[in-house]
Amino acid sequence: MTSQNLSTQLRALVVDDNILNRKIHERMLNGLGVECMVVANGKEAVDVHFYGQSFDLILMDKDMPIMNGIEATKELRSMGINSLIVGVSSRSMEAEIREFMEAGLNDYHVKPLTTHKLASIIHNINPNYATK
Amino acid sequence: MDVGQMQRQWLDYTRSLFIEGFLDNQFLQLQQLQDENNPEFVVEVVSLFFEDSERILKDLTFALDQQGVDFKKVDAHVHQLKGSSSSVGAQRVKNACIAFRNFCEEQNVEACLRCLQQVKQEYCLVKNKLETLFRLEQQIVAAGGSIPMMELSF
Repeated sequence: MTSQNLSTQLRALVVDDNILNRKIHERMLNGLGVECMVVANGKEAVDVHFYGQSFDLILMDKDMPIMNGIEATKELRSMGINSLIVGVSSRSMEAEIREFMEAGLNDYHVKPLTTHKLASIIHNINPNYATK
Repeated sequence: MDVGQMQRQWLDYTRSLFIEGFLDNQFLQLQQLQDENNPEFVVEVVSLFFEDSERILKDLTFALDQQGVDFKKVDAHVHQLKGSSSSVGAQRVKNACIAFRNFCEEQNVEACLRCLQQVKQEYCLVKNKLETLFRLEQQIVAAGGSIPMMELSF
């Protein structure tokens, strides 16, 4: 993990094809003091990295059109992106979770996320990060 | 009715929505995300939910009306609606979607049509309930009061 000090702003990328989830996860992250960008599918997530953006945390939905979470995670890892990638999905079959994890996730959570779950994810990135 | 009575009415009504299973803990999450900087957050999210759901229900009706039903497409729509309803805490809509997906897997058109009716019904119910809730909130605010904080332990 990269070392952070208290004054470093954490940045997160929310990747989800569902407009409600994008809005809710963005608001939750903002409430925890994390700056956010939101995109609607895996290809957009790959593109923003291709154009030079970087993030401390990527919240990756699994089922998305154009490029899904598994493909996007594999692509980002092959591009050398080392950010924390947390998979988020409503699916909970073991085989599907394993496939998603093996694509290169650091962690996986079942949807819907709560502020509490996100706070513990943030804490893992930076235990000293001041959350509200 | 004074502000205190309106607030109690709001609390009672909200509690009933949880007890009757229309809403679940996820809705509480949304309420907790509302603050002075995001004073309309719940209404915004729920409005998005209404728009999204109505679009999906229209697409579902169309998809099930076809000569050769594409069950993959139907399932994809139901999956979307399950996700949206889950995210706002519309528990009964979510549960209706879960049942629906089982019949998609079986490729049973008749059962799917029944499920669609069920989902539409649950959606209408929760829409009415939430609109009533928002009207109560508007009345409280118009009378100079504030919306109480939910203190349910779930």
